[in-house]
Amino acid sequence: MFTLTDEQRQFQESLQRLLRDGYDFDRRRAIAASEAGWSREYWEQLAGLGVLALTLPEAHDGFGGGAVDTFLVMEACGRALLLEPYLATVVMGAGLVARAGSEAQRAAILPAVAAGTRQLAVAVYEPGRRYALDPLVTTAQPLESGGWSLSGAKTHVLNGGSADALIVSARTPRGVSLLRVDAAAGGVQRESYAMYDGQRAATIRFDAVRIGADALLGEEGAAAEAIEYAVDAAIAAVCAEAVGAMSALLETTGQYLKTRKQFGVPIGSFQVLQHRMADMLLATEQARSMAQLAASRLADATREERRRIVSAAKVKVSEAARFVGQEAVQLHGGIGVTDELPASHYFRRLTMIEVAFGDVDHHLGALGALLFD
Amino acid sequence: MELRNKVVAGEHLTKEEYLRWHRLLFERGWIAPSWPRAFGGCEWSAVRQHIFEEECGLAGAPGIMPFGIRMVAPVIMKFGSAAQQQRFLPRILSGEDWWCQGYSEPGAGSDLASLRTRAERRGGHYLVNGQKTWTTLAHYADWIFCLVRTAREGRPQEGISFLLIDMRSPGVTVRPIIMLDGGHEVNEVWLENVEVPVANLVGEENKGWTYAKYLLGHERTGNAGTGFCRRWLGELKALARLQAGSDGRPLADDWRFRDRITRLEIELMALEVMNLRVLKLEEERHAPGPEASLLKIMGSDLQQALTELTMRALGHDGARAPQAATGRYFNFRKASIYAGSNEIQRNIIARHILGF
Repeated sequence: MFTLTDEQRQFQESLQRLLRDGYDFDRRRAIAASEAGWSREYWEQLAGLGVLALTLPEAHDGFGGGAVDTFLVMEACGRALLLEPYLATVVMGAGLVARAGSEAQRAAILPAVAAGTRQLAVAVYEPGRRYALDPLVTTAQPLESGGWSLSGAKTHVLNGGSADALIVSARTPRGVSLLRVDAAAGGVQRESYAMYDGQRAATIRFDAVRIGADALLGEEGAAAEAIEYAVDAAIAAVCAEAVGAMSALLETTGQYLKTRKQFGVPIGSFQVLQHRMADMLLATEQARSMAQLAASRLADATREERRRIVSAAKVKVSEAARFVGQEAVQLHGGIGVTDELPASHYFRRLTMIEVAFGDVDHHLGALGALLFD
Repeated sequence: MELRNKVVAGEHLTKEEYLRWHRLLFERGWIAPSWPRAFGGCEWSAVRQHIFEEECGLAGAPGIMPFGIRMVAPVIMKFGSAAQQQRFLPRILSGEDWWCQGYSEPGAGSDLASLRTRAERRGGHYLVNGQKTWTTLAHYADWIFCLVRTAREGRPQEGISFLLIDMRSPGVTVRPIIMLDGGHEVNEVWLENVEVPVANLVGEENKGWTYAKYLLGHERTGNAGTGFCRRWLGELKALARLQAGSDGRPLADDWRFRDRITRLEIELMALEVMNLRVLKLEEERHAPGPEASLLKIMGSDLQQALTELTMRALGHDGARAPQAATGRYFNFRKASIYAGSNEIQRNIIARHILGF
């Protein structure tokens, strides 16, 4: 679908080397069990390699890369089951700032993201509202002084517990707006939790949080499209991540079938298991096609075209993630349902990707509406 | 009541909690529905046992661990000595002895007959060395029934014996295996120079494979789990009425999700009838047959579909750990692997029903 430039290929190789050599299974397990759930040392290494800067605008210490570069990074993240909050900080947070923020906001935030000294989180989902993106319970009232008073609650905020700055969607008098909130501001209550894949998210309450007039990202009341784009970009990114995870899971399962002996032979010699591996490969490659399509069209498609491609990709990738994950566990047998081998860790991440940013039913509905309504 | 709440919430039970329910049933005389009256059982028909189990599952009663009542006891009754029957069966009934199963080994899973734990005869005892794995609740157990190798000649099945081993014997070490939902149910059991009195051999030396197969037949019949599936389905329907979809309406009003639940309702109806048909066959034959493999596959498929859809009902809220529905989804991936993987069940169907 897309061909990589020599530069992209070199970058991909050095990133994969970093993840392979520095991010082995035991290291990752220790990071997952730590308080923060990610490693600052590792984050700095990613910054040093230019991974964080890769897709940021050149005017703000970035390399000006696009969605294909995001694909490369996220695919490698999927292979390594990376716990560090690249998706939340770079793809979602910095992506929104670059797209919707003012020049001053970009200059204040993006170079710090590129350098690895600042982390972001995007808060768009609300408790009890499933995948709805329009804010209902979170409102920002204009203050006479010119700033805003923010109240409400958000949930499923990826990296919400560690982020220095939060980008929050809220209802304002003119519609849906985005506000940048200092995570340490008075009235911000963060409850961080671990997900089943070891990554962290948070539920965040805002109790009359006072923020300045310069906190508004883009025009007041006009943020709905930027939010939708940010979520679509996140979906394209997790599709690439899932493809990386599925490929690695296929390899490790294939290795297991070639070495695990029962009845005097490697169990991979049984045709019935070979066919199941073949089906897993089919699903993975179909998912890869759709993930590549989403990455290559994210930036230049019309809104409707983009929505259509992204929802279709999310359905295809989620179904493949479910199938490949469940089958890999089954083919491993008992050891597959333990914490001890990578297989169950890939399965858990793939399951979490399945339910993130809209599950299969959600995107079937969204795509169906685009096709028929 | 408090026990029921824990079961319904999908929490792991402590030994004492399992035993509380065990003793309640024991005092009512209902702890061993399948046993003959002579040994203190109910001697109920297979259908009556099934109804009892279904009701227990539906009510959210804790499971009665099968290892004593359903697994080792039938073997002791059929192949054990009178002394073994008198020694072990009353303590299994009362719950005084907790049993676990020493079958699988790291190198012997689906290919159970390749097991290597060896028992060497040394006068009045066997010296046992080896490693068992996937041993459910071995950390609660007083006794383990083990398949051990006592001879290397002939087919691998011919050198296996069935030994009863006191878990307190010197040389027995239990190590936990942590599962993908973070829970601790299964263990590795290491046996290093464990001395086991010859009196603890069941039946004849090198005939253990016959006893093991007898036991496995009993194990599979219990695995359809229609009672607790019916309870899970009820819980899922209740959840779908409460849980809002992205449009704010309950999930139960979303035809896409409703269809998914409805399909599982049909699956469960079919499984319930299937279960009764297999039980009837067993009653006529007075023995479990290969049809039990059908129940194992269908039951585990349905359990997995139900736990999966319940997790799905939560949307991304299900990602937050710990979460009963998501934990149960991950936990029940084991259902198509344990007690003879579904691949092995299909082999049994192909060979013993289809005649390949």
